[in-house]
Amino acid sequence: MFLADVVGTVVSPVQIPLLAGKTLLLLRPLAPDGRPAGKTRIGIDVIGAGVGDRVICIDEGNSARQILGEPKGAAKTVVVGVVDYVELEGELAYDAERRAPPAPRSSP
Amino acid sequence: MYLARVIGRVVATERYPGLDGVALQWVQPLDEDGRAMGDALVACAAVNSGPGDLVHFIDGREGALACPQTFVPVDAAIIGFVSQAVRLGERIGDAEEG
Repeated sequence: MFLADVVGTVVSPVQIPLLAGKTLLLLRPLAPDGRPAGKTRIGIDVIGAGVGDRVICIDEGNSARQILGEPKGAAKTVVVGVVDYVELEGELAYDAERRAPPAPRSSP
Repeated sequence: MYLARVIGRVVATERYPGLDGVALQWVQPLDEDGRAMGDALVACAAVNSGPGDLVHFIDGREGALACPQTFVPVDAAIIGFVSQAVRLGERIGDAEEG
């Protein structure tokens, strides 16, 4: 599983039947301290997360199929939790109640 | 699953049994700014798409599950056509749309 900021949404009117009615979120994967880490992904939302939330995501097919109840579904990345806070080496690295909105990425 | 732009087609007449009739497309993954992210790759098209389209694709074993026959050697498949991708209120990836 990985930590990510929800930075946007993806609207897909034509897609495989498995994804019908599902919300797709644009995800910015993060290191534990909140720095961007890794490639931008798209995740299927199953918990009602929205833009600005910090979330935990699964990126594994079997787990995704189990969550979606589709034994043969082509799904992999699923948003499974909204993070309240992250503690890192004894210090609070992130607190949802005091969060700042995700900033545009500075690196090119 | 990743956002990507279809940048071309790939035609392969001789191919593994089970992949007949499956379209192959070049896709360039995009980051949240709509810029190219990493190398382009070839993906099977599980939904209709063509060069210039914004799509999302799935990689790994799940790519094959999106194909008509699921026990095929495929590790990336286009699973949706994207009409709009929004990052913090700004549309992304629209630059090449007609």
